Amino acid sequence: MKTDTHALQPASGEHAEHHAHGSRQSYLIGFGLSVILTAIPFWLVMTGVLDKQVTGLAITVLAAVQIVVHMVYFLHMNTRSESGWTMMALIFTIIMVVIGLTGTLWVMHHLNVNMMPGHDMSTMP
Amino acid sequence: MTLAVVPPQNSEPVFYVVDEHEHPEGASTMLGFWIYLMSDCLIFAMLFATFGVLGGNYAAGPAPKDLFDLPLVAVNTSMLLLSSITYGFAMLAMEKSRVGAMQAWLVITGLFGLAFISIELFEFAHMIHEGATPQRSAFLSSFFTLVGTHGLHVTFGLVWLVTLMVQVARYGLIEANRRRLMCLSMFWHFLDVVWIGVFTFVYLMGMLR
Amino acid sequence: MFDTSSLAKVIFGRLTLESLPLHEPIVVGTFVVVALGGIALLGAVTYFRLWGYLWREWFTTVDHKRIGIMYMILGIVMLLRGFADAIMMRLQQAIAFGGSEGYLNAHHYDQIFTAHGVIMIFFVAMPLVTGLMNYVVPLQIGARDVSFPFLNNFSFWMTVGGAVLVMISLFVGEFARTGWLAYPPLSNIGYSPDVGVDYYIWGLQVAGVGTTLSGINLICTIVKLRAPGMTMMRMPVFTWTSLCTNVLIVASFPVLTAVLALLSLDRYVGTNFFTNDFGGSPMMYVNLIWIWGHPEVYILVLPAFGIFSEVTSTFSGKRLFGYTSMVYATVVITILSYLVWLHHFFTMGSGASVNSFFGITTMIISIPTGAKMFNWLFTMYRGRIRFELPMMWTVAFMFTFVIGGMTGVLLAVPPADFVLHNSLFLVAHFHNVIIGGVVFGAFAGIAYWFPKAFGFRLDPFWGKLSFWFWVTGFYFAFMPLYVLGLMGVTRRLRVFDDPSLQIWFVIAGIGAFLIFLGIVSFLVQIAVSVLKREALKDVTGDPWNARTLEWATSSPPPAYNFAFTPVVHDNDAWWDMKRRGYRRPLTGFKPIHMPSNTGTGVILAALATAMGFGLIWYMWWLAAVSFIGLLAVAIGHTFNYHRDYHIPADEVVRVEDARTHLLAAGAKS
Repeated sequence: MKTDTHALQPASGEHAEHHAHGSRQSYLIGFGLSVILTAIPFWLVMTGVLDKQVTGLAITVLAAVQIVVHMVYFLHMNTRSESGWTMMALIFTIIMVVIGLTGTLWVMHHLNVNMMPGHDMSTMP
Repeated sequence: MTLAVVPPQNSEPVFYVVDEHEHPEGASTMLGFWIYLMSDCLIFAMLFATFGVLGGNYAAGPAPKDLFDLPLVAVNTSMLLLSSITYGFAMLAMEKSRVGAMQAWLVITGLFGLAFISIELFEFAHMIHEGATPQRSAFLSSFFTLVGTHGLHVTFGLVWLVTLMVQVARYGLIEANRRRLMCLSMFWHFLDVVWIGVFTFVYLMGMLR
Repeated sequence: MFDTSSLAKVIFGRLTLESLPLHEPIVVGTFVVVALGGIALLGAVTYFRLWGYLWREWFTTVDHKRIGIMYMILGIVMLLRGFADAIMMRLQQAIAFGGSEGYLNAHHYDQIFTAHGVIMIFFVAMPLVTGLMNYVVPLQIGARDVSFPFLNNFSFWMTVGGAVLVMISLFVGEFARTGWLAYPPLSNIGYSPDVGVDYYIWGLQVAGVGTTLSGINLICTIVKLRAPGMTMMRMPVFTWTSLCTNVLIVASFPVLTAVLALLSLDRYVGTNFFTNDFGGSPMMYVNLIWIWGHPEVYILVLPAFGIFSEVTSTFSGKRLFGYTSMVYATVVITILSYLVWLHHFFTMGSGASVNSFFGITTMIISIPTGAKMFNWLFTMYRGRIRFELPMMWTVAFMFTFVIGGMTGVLLAVPPADFVLHNSLFLVAHFHNVIIGGVVFGAFAGIAYWFPKAFGFRLDPFWGKLSFWFWVTGFYFAFMPLYVLGLMGVTRRLRVFDDPSLQIWFVIAGIGAFLIFLGIVSFLVQIAVSVLKREALKDVTGDPWNARTLEWATSSPPPAYNFAFTPVVHDNDAWWDMKRRGYRRPLTGFKPIHMPSNTGTGVILAALATAMGFGLIWYMWWLAAVSFIGLLAVAIGHTFNYHRDYHIPADEVVRVEDARTHLLAAGAKS
């Protein structure tokens, strides 16, 4: 438990809640990074320099990086705003998204493997 | 735990705030809007999951390779990216209370958004014209729904943008309007994040299949 | 001739005179009764000139207390409808033996079991739970209102809009005949071409918007508006469970929105998400809807756990045992509830690895729940227990819920589930946890907080009568279903061949009748309590000698809840204030900043409901007009920047002085 002097502070930390907007420089850095991170995957796929599996992995990683870039430079995510609650909400959402996406893909993949023996879904009419 | 909370110097415990300052109006708005965005994110997650499961079921119809035009998608992506940075500049202008510059940047943002929607509609019309309708296969159903839902969000963002520009023109950069502009800023950049997922997993991955 | 009929099609869409179920005498009879009752009610409101009062003080209110009460009224009214469906099913199943077809045809019976499930979950359990949270949470954390008071009003009316659509389906057209989750392909346009599934979709979509927004609202309220000193680990347990419930709402209702949207695209546009051909997968729907569906049951039961925690510690006269473990158990349940959804369709055929994973996670979730049970028992241990009505419900919950939990763990074993899937055993199990947990919890909450909301207690005699009818009725109604399920009887059957089963259905029917008496006693209890309100009056604001902040203010609380924002030093904030000689402030009142009422929420929800109705009946003009109206009103509302006012200090002084007199008078007598 916190000490009393601390406990008497407003619980929500509503004071001095100034929302950072970033500066012109940080926006430009974010923009530059995302242009690069968008151009590389398009280039990889359009030219086909790497084989398909490596390309798939690479563009997934690049997308993840670009999402982080947007979160930091455009959405100004940090651990301080709203006493960390926005970050908390984001982390929770990411967990839910991961559970929902991977769970669904996993469940439905096994279903197809088990219940559609001998059929290839992509060739079905 | 109970004893630790007796105030120091054993003075009379304080049980209520005598000198209360008012809660600032809209103090919860940013957090509330962020949580709304998180819920929206889950809607998109489900659409992505649906695309992930059904996206390979072409039902002997057209596949991504037959349909997608990557240069067009790249142009479209750049529209959205540019609109993001111009919205950022609008927010910087807002911070300096330069209403004229801010409105100008918002107009540019809106035009980029409009260009994005137009290109997307053109792409859709082209596909439908070729017989690749949403009804053709589960792949196309989930493609049109996922990309279309994103497009609907952008359209809604444009309506909101115009509304806010009118409100700023009429009432100035008052606190409430600043808050709303920041909410729209989060919304706009959030749509950008979703688009990263769309172009990576729908278009680029689709071409790899 | 052709012209008029095509004009009628444009105006009325699919709606024709044949859509009215005039050939169903039961429905017509119900309609007559409902219409007469409705006319009497509307006539009375008009006669006593209450419309203005209702509109100004209730319909347009942004006061979380009044919205909470309206949610409770909605929940209780819809309980009557949902229960009418239940007792009709019980009667049908008790008599449809030996060649008898019973009294309900298949078309009607299938609508009834669907409507029963939908109404009980979405329009009874959800409003009761949301209503209690809305009423209690801001008071418990020492706030003046929720974070977004207008949104709160809007959310409530959207819930009402959904309920209205479902109720209209009783008399105009039909309801879905698909079971409460409307699985495709049955719910797809090919097998359900009528309006039933569309009523289902739009009823839930309209209500779902309200639920999601109220979830966001309450999260913000708890995060941002807690009284000074109330750290997260000093929040009352009910507030904690409300927080987790609303997190679950915000994280799961979007999934429902998405999956219902996909189903409606299949039905309206002809896409192929859940169809049998063109690459669609009906099982994808089942998978997606249970990603929402499983968290939903925890959305319902977590607040009930919170209520039981408050009640147990109050009526045992003790601090809650294991507060920290209670909080962590709640949080763990919140997360785990997302990892178990597949146990609703083990039989789908995902194979051993998938089934074992979800079987194990399901079993794990019983651990934090069990921990809670022990916490309540240890709270009671060596307490001075007062068996008032809320405590009686709590004890009944402990007995009943443990049985339901055990059968749940049994069903979590995939091989056992292959035997029991979709059997009456399952039906008995989920009624066991939902009635034993959520309904008993709601009644405990109503009995506990009623004096706070209205300033007088509920009559204990009729309350106890209702309690005993409900509890015995529950056991009579559902224990036979366990037996039947183990014998292999599946759910949703209308007629039976094996005469040896009949006795169990008759017993279950008797149980349903006992529950009926329980509901009647509950309504009588409220009526009697209102009549005897002077005798049951409580002027202290703290009739149970309770522990949390909501009891620190008067009953009913003033519009502003607390004249001065309380400062919290302890988990049991009010108990701590009483123990350390808190004196109510009598001077120094200031004007209080409050949100103003607005009718926008009612208008928006009415437009959304009209849009839903237009979409159901293919009245495209109505859908389009109401959608444009919706946008226009919503945008117009944002041009109103003056949404608040100050309650003048004089007014606060007047209210607080009145309470001072009451307290003094109460102390003397």
